[in-house]
Amino acid sequence: MTPLLSVQGITKFYGQHIGCKDVAFDLYPGEVMGIVGESGSGKSTLLNCMAGHLTPDAGAVVFDTRTDGPRDTVTMSEPERRMLSRTDWAFVHQHARDGLRMGVSAGGNVGERLMAVGDRHYGDIRAKATDWLGRVEIDANRVDDRPTTFSGGMQQRLQIARNLVTGPRLVFMDEPTGGLDVSVQARLLDLLRGLVRDMGLSAIIVTHDLAVVRLLADRLMVMKDGHVVEAGLTDQVLDDPQHAYSQLLVSSVLQV
Amino acid sequence: MSDYNFAYLDEQTKRMIRRAILKGLAIPGYQVPFASREMPMPYGWGTGGVQVSAAVMTPDDRFKVIDQGADDTTNAVSIRTFFERTAGVATTTKTSQASVIQTRHRIPEEPLSEGQILVYQVPIPEPLRFLEPRESETRKMHSLEEYGLMHVKLYEDISRHGHIATSYAYPVKVEGRYVMDPSPIPKFDNPKLGDMAAIQLFGAGREQRIYALPPYTQVVSLDFEDHPFEASKPDHPCAMCGAENSYLDEVITNDAGGRMFVCSDTDFCEARQAAGHTGTMNGKDAA
Repeated sequence: MTPLLSVQGITKFYGQHIGCKDVAFDLYPGEVMGIVGESGSGKSTLLNCMAGHLTPDAGAVVFDTRTDGPRDTVTMSEPERRMLSRTDWAFVHQHARDGLRMGVSAGGNVGERLMAVGDRHYGDIRAKATDWLGRVEIDANRVDDRPTTFSGGMQQRLQIARNLVTGPRLVFMDEPTGGLDVSVQARLLDLLRGLVRDMGLSAIIVTHDLAVVRLLADRLMVMKDGHVVEAGLTDQVLDDPQHAYSQLLVSSVLQV
Repeated sequence: MSDYNFAYLDEQTKRMIRRAILKGLAIPGYQVPFASREMPMPYGWGTGGVQVSAAVMTPDDRFKVIDQGADDTTNAVSIRTFFERTAGVATTTKTSQASVIQTRHRIPEEPLSEGQILVYQVPIPEPLRFLEPRESETRKMHSLEEYGLMHVKLYEDISRHGHIATSYAYPVKVEGRYVMDPSPIPKFDNPKLGDMAAIQLFGAGREQRIYALPPYTQVVSLDFEDHPFEASKPDHPCAMCGAENSYLDEVITNDAGGRMFVCSDTDFCEARQAAGHTGTMNGKDAA
């Protein structure tokens, strides 16, 4: 079986400082990968390198494209990479405001990706947008409201709808539940878990919240100072951490 | 007249502007940056249009300026006088007799012919500007033909108003490639942009951009399949000349709700009146 995404020796330096170094893993279709680590451990750098927002200094990110099979997205031309990020990829930002157009209605936000890939029928676009708002539990009569009138949790759900409307195969998520209160987090996670399972999505989730990866991720990578210190099945890593830092991370979670 | 170089600008500047114009004509709809000069008028009064006019003008040209269709408003009169003084060229108000026409916000009703040049004054040349504020990003979007965002604007119009409410500066696609802002002409004029016999040049002074449409260029107004583009105008005949198919201005005539609709193209309206056409209010108010 061909991996959907094959990350090979990704290295990124910020001057003398290591962003991330020699990260390699394979992600298979339908698999959810969690990346955990403390602030500054390089997890967001890694995610941005994979999603094409940053250019890594070394390494390859091979994605199994629909038409041409496995292609290295780092050396791919920019139009191709941007096309990929509008169709097969999705990126969910930590702050919904980074991923949404705040001056455009909810329907327009969801429809933007459809129009970007050539959809030119207003009725169809609106129907799809309304359908997706329903799937992320936003009331259909909010379709013409701007995201500025939405709560934080709704904005985050809207961002997810906007990203998933074109049926991507790979979703990058940067702290999708950051900044939300726990009950909203729980609903969002429930929703994400449902969407990921129903659509057979592959996902890479960067977070520092171990509960998020416990719920969503099949596999887990623990990062520290730009290096991957431990990787394995989620339950295995969380229940029986081997590396000293993983042990510290797991034992730092407050038990209520 | 000898106090100025012909047509105000120095020859090197004209040369620089002509190069930008030629590049614009070679890539229809592409915004060519140019080193816009300070002109003796404020930004927003047509500094871009004046520079383009000055660069294409020859002593044999006959020059016409229209402002919102009219030959007799401040902007039109001052720019016409400016070139009378600095270039000494002949001027006219007759569309058919002019070889260079500088316009603000209208295309003349009378079809233009080969050999004529239509110069537009453009305030904001970037059609994507109000959706994407970063110039670096809009340039990239143009170069990669990522125009989905333009339709988001039209989508928002329909979702808010039930129809595409954008009535001026309506975005067009040129030769299937560049999305272009046609300057704030009413969308009634959009169909005239395409397949026009005259050369169309667009100058934005403050924004330092020139773009162009060579004769007989394909220009398509953007729309949705189920909400097609419609060139709209007030649903009245002209009150002065009775024209049914020209773009009309609404004029308030008193404070009791009185109003009249007249052609915005004064030359077109006067020519029709001289030919004996008359509208419902012609002559009644003059008495």
